[in-house]
Amino acid sequence: MTAWELRRQVKYESELDHEFYKHVGSMAWGEKLLSCIQCGTCSGTCPLSLYMDYGPRRIIAMVRAGFKEEVLSSNTIWLCASCYKCTVDCPKEIKITDVMYGLKQIAIDQRVYPKRFPIPILAREFFNMVQKYGRQSEGPLIIRLYMHTLNVLGALGQTVMGIKLFMQGRIGLKTESIPMGTGKKGDLKRILEACDKPAQ
Amino acid sequence: MKYIYYPGCSLKGTGRAYEESMLPVFKALDVSWEELKEWNCCGATAYMSVNEAKAFALAARNLAIAEEQGSDDPDMPPTVVAPCAACYLVLSKAKHYMAENPDLDRTVRNALAAADLNYRGEVVVRHPLDVFLNDVGLDKIKAAVRNPLAGLKVAPYYGCQIVRPYAEFDDQDDPTSMDRILKALGAEVVEYPLKTRCCGGSLTGTMNEVGVRLNYILLREARRRGADVVATACPLCQFNLECYQDKMGSWFDDPIRMPVAYFSQLMGLAFGIPRNQLGFNHVFVPLELAKTR
Repeated sequence: MTAWELRRQVKYESELDHEFYKHVGSMAWGEKLLSCIQCGTCSGTCPLSLYMDYGPRRIIAMVRAGFKEEVLSSNTIWLCASCYKCTVDCPKEIKITDVMYGLKQIAIDQRVYPKRFPIPILAREFFNMVQKYGRQSEGPLIIRLYMHTLNVLGALGQTVMGIKLFMQGRIGLKTESIPMGTGKKGDLKRILEACDKPAQ
Repeated sequence: MKYIYYPGCSLKGTGRAYEESMLPVFKALDVSWEELKEWNCCGATAYMSVNEAKAFALAARNLAIAEEQGSDDPDMPPTVVAPCAACYLVLSKAKHYMAENPDLDRTVRNALAAADLNYRGEVVVRHPLDVFLNDVGLDKIKAAVRNPLAGLKVAPYYGCQIVRPYAEFDDQDDPTSMDRILKALGAEVVEYPLKTRCCGGSLTGTMNEVGVRLNYILLREARRRGADVVATACPLCQFNLECYQDKMGSWFDDPIRMPVAYFSQLMGLAFGIPRNQLGFNHVFVPLELAKTR
């Protein structure tokens, strides 16, 4: 086992992904990314920035430069709690929170995240429950989260809280739902399926 | 005028005390309401992480069926009132983004049309704080008070999503709608500069270390300011602030115990509605009201 790993710290121009910037720019109102002046207000105001690999400011610079791999594998996009403080404070009115959502969507779509990493797994399970039932049920959702992350210790750590919540009627195993796939007016299943078709 | 009440998934689950206290408060203030029929999950923050078009369509279905349910007042548009901050933001955002972005608007409308739904863009999305302050008015709220919350020090915690990114009814950095309502109940509102600082949302569940610390910071400041209780307007904020205090105690070596109530529970108390009808039997940290007796 080596004591330290040698890793090239500088990327060559040819290794950058310029399509990435165009892709992000085409979604989530990303066209304003070019107007970022790198003032750092976003990173300064973000309450999660202390835990992020790269603050929002650096992420925007990296997206523009084409550091696709680094951006999608950072913890930044997952730690964003969508509090919109950056969006509100940005002097260039860049919708930074939406850029973070866009990056989350790309990462989930391309499955670029550590195995059993809870945040994208929660998003995916949430999405699946809505597809099936049209509503969320917190108890079943949490159970799915723990199952898919194989987080036995975590689950055990939350047992006391879980029992308390259950005794207070705040959590249960029942799955809430609305009629899905009936083909009738207002059928959510139809609506979601129709989103996959291009707009006419 | 009848409001269309959109509870959202949390208010039927961990946030049930919010609904349980909100409905009697509506009644006490003559706010007439009807639950949105067959509403679907708004998607909160998680759904948008997966697919943008579907996320907006999900929210828009609620807007479209609210329009169908209609307003009983010909002079007022159909008005959805959503207590949950995430639901409130998601529905507002869908409305704004569809109005501002023709491509998105087209995609969503086509999707809604696949289920024979037509969204006209008339429906209005409001938060109960807005309705209480601006439709009902502080005078009527004061008149409904039977048990002034005299001597109760409250830290008003708004969280993020009811004030950001849209400042529809309050200021984004220093909102005062909840402060004013609490004062009208006779409570003493403490200065609370962290009133819109993020609680971490679902991070308490997925990244414990991060989420719990964010909430500890909020509670510690409330305590430092002399608060007896933190008032909230979002089911996830309430859950995050209230339910991890044991963990905070062990991790930060600080046995913090701070009651966290929905502002509607405090309104109900002030109006003389019995505690067990306000969801106070579903709490982790009981609210001592010795000072108000």
